[in-house]
Amino acid sequence: MAQHTLSVLVENSPGVLARVASLFSRRGYNIDSLAVGPTESPEISRITIVLNLEGHALDQVSAQLFKLVNVIGIQEMEDKNSHQRELLMVKVSSAGDNRSKIEAVVGRYRASIVSQASSSLTIEAIGSSAEIAALLGELTSFGIKELVQSGLIALEIGDATLAERTLQETGLASSSTHSQTEDYQN
Amino acid sequence: MANEISGAQALVNALEDSGVDVMFGIPGGAILPAYDPIFDSKIRHILVRHEQGAGHAATGYAQVTGRVGVCIATSGPGATNLVTPIADAQMDSVPLVAITGQVPSAAIGTDAFQEADIRGITMPVTKHNYLITDPAQIPRAIAEAFYIASSGRPGPVLVDIAKDALQKMTSYNYPKKLTLLGYNPQIEPNAEAIRDAASLIAQSSKPIFYIGGGVIKANAAKELLVLAELVGAPVVTTLMARGAFPDSHSQHLGMPGMHGTVAAVTGLQKADLLITLGARFDDRVTGKLSTFAPNAKIIHADIDPAEIGKNRYADVPIIGDLGPIIRALIPAVKAEFAKNKADITQWWKQMNSLRQKYPLGYNEPSDGSLSPQYVIERIGAITGPDGIYVAGVGQHQMWASQFVKYEKPRTWLNSGGLGTMGYAVPAAMGAKVGAPDTPVWAIDGDGCFQMTNQELVTCALNDIPIKVAVINNESLGMVRQWQTLFYKERYSNTDLHSKRIPDFAKLAEAMGCIGLRCESKGDVDKIIKEANAINDAPVVVDFSVYRDAMVWPMVAAGTSNDDILIAKEMAPDWDSQEL
Repeated sequence: MAQHTLSVLVENSPGVLARVASLFSRRGYNIDSLAVGPTESPEISRITIVLNLEGHALDQVSAQLFKLVNVIGIQEMEDKNSHQRELLMVKVSSAGDNRSKIEAVVGRYRASIVSQASSSLTIEAIGSSAEIAALLGELTSFGIKELVQSGLIALEIGDATLAERTLQETGLASSSTHSQTEDYQN
Repeated sequence: MANEISGAQALVNALEDSGVDVMFGIPGGAILPAYDPIFDSKIRHILVRHEQGAGHAATGYAQVTGRVGVCIATSGPGATNLVTPIADAQMDSVPLVAITGQVPSAAIGTDAFQEADIRGITMPVTKHNYLITDPAQIPRAIAEAFYIASSGRPGPVLVDIAKDALQKMTSYNYPKKLTLLGYNPQIEPNAEAIRDAASLIAQSSKPIFYIGGGVIKANAAKELLVLAELVGAPVVTTLMARGAFPDSHSQHLGMPGMHGTVAAVTGLQKADLLITLGARFDDRVTGKLSTFAPNAKIIHADIDPAEIGKNRYADVPIIGDLGPIIRALIPAVKAEFAKNKADITQWWKQMNSLRQKYPLGYNEPSDGSLSPQYVIERIGAITGPDGIYVAGVGQHQMWASQFVKYEKPRTWLNSGGLGTMGYAVPAAMGAKVGAPDTPVWAIDGDGCFQMTNQELVTCALNDIPIKVAVINNESLGMVRQWQTLFYKERYSNTDLHSKRIPDFAKLAEAMGCIGLRCESKGDVDKIIKEANAINDAPVVVDFSVYRDAMVWPMVAAGTSNDDILIAKEMAPDWDSQEL
């Protein structure tokens, strides 16, 4: 199975993350990583979800997510047309003469040493999942004391934006809002 | 400010402005502020005896009228008692708005008295839900709740309101326009999908209409009749769609699924095209999914895009409201038929042979006792297709689906998806409130009846004269049937002894109803007519029936539809059929 990245625009309303999490739990979908944060619009948040799923199941996840009233739009972010990044902070043992070796490793990645202590170095790194995994692979031999990693975030390459795409797809771009008048009973 | 009203008054005004004429509920601490303005409201409030009854009553009302059903309860246990009917409405796509009181906002999260996180609890079983702590948000939340519940694929919406939000003052503005960025159900179908579907229909030599409850929700039964007669193909109606197509119609093969007719089940299995309208390939219909309708292409029309491809790949998906979809299909199919139309006479020969050889039926009990199927058949025949029939869950439900003949939509109510025992009495109560001039029969089991019969008190006190047939086989009959078939007749905990205790007729009398008893075949018609003649009180008839009657045909859970049995260890004689 391959990893897929979904970018989901949601209304910034209470409980929205619980709704998404509850849906994944109820339908039995496993999340590899999850990142939630603000967007250019204060009313809208963006959730980036990484899943290990294949075509049909991925379509179902998207369709079920889109059913949530607070979900505004969904797009799969593919490697070839998006920037994908994770943030890593890791505390590595710097015993003996490891300090200079670690500095050499850090230099080969988009990483930096953000603090030094008597027996450890704290490193931060930004990169694709593969880059972060490779860096961790190299650091393992020095002894990783503690690490923390963010969920992946992704942004489409080029002028297009998810918000524009979503509003067009739902036909909201022209009228700006969906309106429903008077009789809500059928 | 002079124009300010309480949040509670805003709630009641918003319910009135949403068109509510009746609601079912029970007051309690957190919702109490709302009950003061309810006292003066033009909305009829029916005080039930258990919140579960309020929820199912609202569901029954909604299923009969097509309007949104409304129930109301207090926080904590009041709210959690609504969870079953809410989950039931979610599974059967019933438009329901549930209002619950919540502890004051400052107490939320402190494990306060009668506090339950009902928004969190109902998240997976509602279409949407709200927790309101600001009185100014009440009108908008109520307006949105009614819009969301009734539009698109209908479903339940819960609005939980903190007590202080009901008590505080606010100005009242019922929104004229709603802005729901993430909710915009597609109504009109894609024209290309309609053309593709019409083309498949014209090419198919073994087409079949697989009709689900969505046709009833969409009020599209009339359109369906036109399309079905135009295409000329066999029609099957699922448990949720009984009444969407007349049982008397010559194209109707009956119900498919676990207890469907041989013709309907086999029709789906052998078809080369399923014209699926508002159905969802439920496991009770498909049997073992990998063996379901193996040679069929699938047209799948539904308003919920997430149903497309969920269980079965759709060759032609059509997303939209079934009214516009069927209205668009009719001219598209006509245009295709003008070019070509595959011959389906051989297909009909096969189907007619199956339905002639394997009609629905039952054997008279060997011990001379009363046949439950006969009782149910007679209730339907005597009351007629204008009556409304509401079943619980189990054997009696399947028999009511098989042996009552339905001619019109919204005359058959049952808990299809969730399978909620205890649904019948409160749902029948709601149905009768929605259709006061129509006879409403709850066809219930003795197990189901003992779960929710206290709502008969509500019926007796509120002039809601429903009729209840307790099909009393003194056991949890469907479970017992499975024990007979799959557990070597080891009847673990299915014997209810309900021919001794309770005395249902006396119980009915104690609740202010008329209680009748029937134990012999010769009395059945007379007692049904007697019950039908009573219109000033609820009636309960205890039909004492044969306890070993079984529901046939049957496709055992997890097996293929090809393995349908017409009686114990008896398959249809396939060799004599040309399929």
